[in-house]
Amino acid sequence: MTTWMWPPPVEIPPRHRQPAADDPVSSYSQVVKPGQLDVTHGVVLYLDNISVSFDGFKALNNLSLAIDAGELRCVIGPNGAGKTTMMDVITGKTRPDSGTAFFGQTIDLKQYSEVQIAQAGIGRKFQKPTIFEHHTVFENLELAMKAGKRVVKTLFARLTSEQRDRIAEMLKLIRLTDSEQRVAGLLSHGQKQWLEIGMLLMQEPKLLLLDEPVAGMSDDETERTAELFLTLAGKHSLVVVEHDMAFVEKIARKVTVLHEGSVIAEGAMEHVQNDPRVIEVYLGR
Amino acid sequence: MSGPLSSAFTRLYGASGWAALGALGFVLFVVFPLLNLWVPADSALHISAYWITLMGKIMCYAIVAMAMDLIWGYCGILSLGHGLFFALGGYSMGMYLMRQIGADGQYRAELPDFMVFLDWKVFPWQWWNTDSFAWALLLAVAVPGLLAYVFGYFAFRSRIKGVYFSIITQALTYAAMLLFFRNETGFGGNNGFTDFKRILGYSITTPETRMVLFTLSGAVLISTLLLGRYLVTSKFGRVLAAIRDAEQRVMFCGYNTLHYKLFIWTLSAVLCGIAGALYVTQVGIINPGEMSPANSIEIAIWVAVGGRGTLTGAIIGAGVVNGAKSFFTQAFPEYWLYVLGLMFILVTLFMPQGIVGLLNKWRGAK
Repeated sequence: MTTWMWPPPVEIPPRHRQPAADDPVSSYSQVVKPGQLDVTHGVVLYLDNISVSFDGFKALNNLSLAIDAGELRCVIGPNGAGKTTMMDVITGKTRPDSGTAFFGQTIDLKQYSEVQIAQAGIGRKFQKPTIFEHHTVFENLELAMKAGKRVVKTLFARLTSEQRDRIAEMLKLIRLTDSEQRVAGLLSHGQKQWLEIGMLLMQEPKLLLLDEPVAGMSDDETERTAELFLTLAGKHSLVVVEHDMAFVEKIARKVTVLHEGSVIAEGAMEHVQNDPRVIEVYLGR
Repeated sequence: MSGPLSSAFTRLYGASGWAALGALGFVLFVVFPLLNLWVPADSALHISAYWITLMGKIMCYAIVAMAMDLIWGYCGILSLGHGLFFALGGYSMGMYLMRQIGADGQYRAELPDFMVFLDWKVFPWQWWNTDSFAWALLLAVAVPGLLAYVFGYFAFRSRIKGVYFSIITQALTYAAMLLFFRNETGFGGNNGFTDFKRILGYSITTPETRMVLFTLSGAVLISTLLLGRYLVTSKFGRVLAAIRDAEQRVMFCGYNTLHYKLFIWTLSAVLCGIAGALYVTQVGIINPGEMSPANSIEIAIWVAVGGRGTLTGAIIGAGVVNGAKSFFTQAFPEYWLYVLGLMFILVTLFMPQGIVGLLNKWRGAK
């Protein structure tokens, strides 16, 4: 391990800590393990004053956002508001020009590569379903599963029975048990969306970024997706970018509205819906 | 589960697959040696030295085709510079073979003829220890491997992909060819190496030596096939194919695709180097022409004709195209390039899965 990859360990001074969602046992001092997610202050994702510009166009303009551990946050905004760019910044695909981005307290996302960020526990679903079209549904889940991801590991990897069980459970959850051996490219659009969500969950991420997860889904599938997300919240933190307002209303506890690269409103759905600026730029159209 | 070994066996091939492989081994290691060495030359069943050399050569090409298929068919990276790795393996073995000539050259000198001709008095540094067979083998593996590793590291780290990568590999082999054409480089300039006399002290032209080299090529061919099959049926192989289809997703799954690409790319180059070393002992000549861009493109055509993404397809493609080549270059030498071009166009238009894809379609239709 080289130090530029992983920040060196930092001793945190004893202080009163609030119990975190997935770590109720709090102690008064701890050593922060480098590269490991630390959400003892209750915040899983922290963006502060992030700016990104492409050829002079400001895709993100001093964007600040904090997601609590276990939260389900919906992000809405008109086209070009910077939703996808925000996800690109979080996942390391785009480097911000300025600002800070932290995953938990310890992981400075700006210093991590896409792969390291994924390994640290951020999973991302793309706007267009991105699955491995030539692999079977089973293999898609197998590849995404949290396991050794280095070359040597995969060269000699053999599925354990626990791993098979986990894949079987996931197949049941995403209702693709009967399509286990089908080539993923043959699935319907909605099924592909579900498979991708299943792949994300196989990674066992702490934070899920979901870009338009219900696009192209039938009403029934959308309904089930909403249920799934509500059960996931608490165990995972979710950030959902969606255009489907009915869907957002169904799942949203807290909504963030983006416009021209900045947050213009944040709060409960009713609060946001009644915000005059939001009505002006987005909902009122 | 009946032990990891037997499950690995069944994973690689089914019963018919192993039977076919056994039959291939029988033909290569029993039938050919018997018909060549024991059956008298005037018998109709005799296989002449010409055919043994041709088959040995094609087997070396088939190894290269499989190496190409691993990187192109399975990982989606089209290299148009694989001829370079093949030639480097050939040159490594060629240096040893030149040293084995000893003082039996035209000039009766310890130095190879071309060095005497250039009025050199001592071996240049590249030739250090090349009278050792083991060193030559090491060079044949390490030189292509190291070059591929360093080149691949920078290319993949910079995320050079698709046609840009192909063009750079093409430029790489072209640059190497120009370098090797120069006499100062110390590899015989445009004449390269030839007139080999011995290998490990044995005369290189006797039927027995040729047969040993032939069966060795066959053994490497089958080993490469099994190694390749192991790789593509492992989780590693599934990651490779996933990189081919959706690299972004693979990265967001937490796989460092740079390491995967670098591993298969370097392995592919090493296999080419081994094939090149076997090739030069049987064909008896190596020159910078092997590094010409057209040669590398031809390797891609073998794989496309046989069927990308199947190892047997790569072998079949190398066999069919080179079989056709040796026929046409004798019967209608001036038309060979047209035939090759036509073959490529027809395969691209009508057989995107190559010969193997066509066979599978027929089998499925029955």
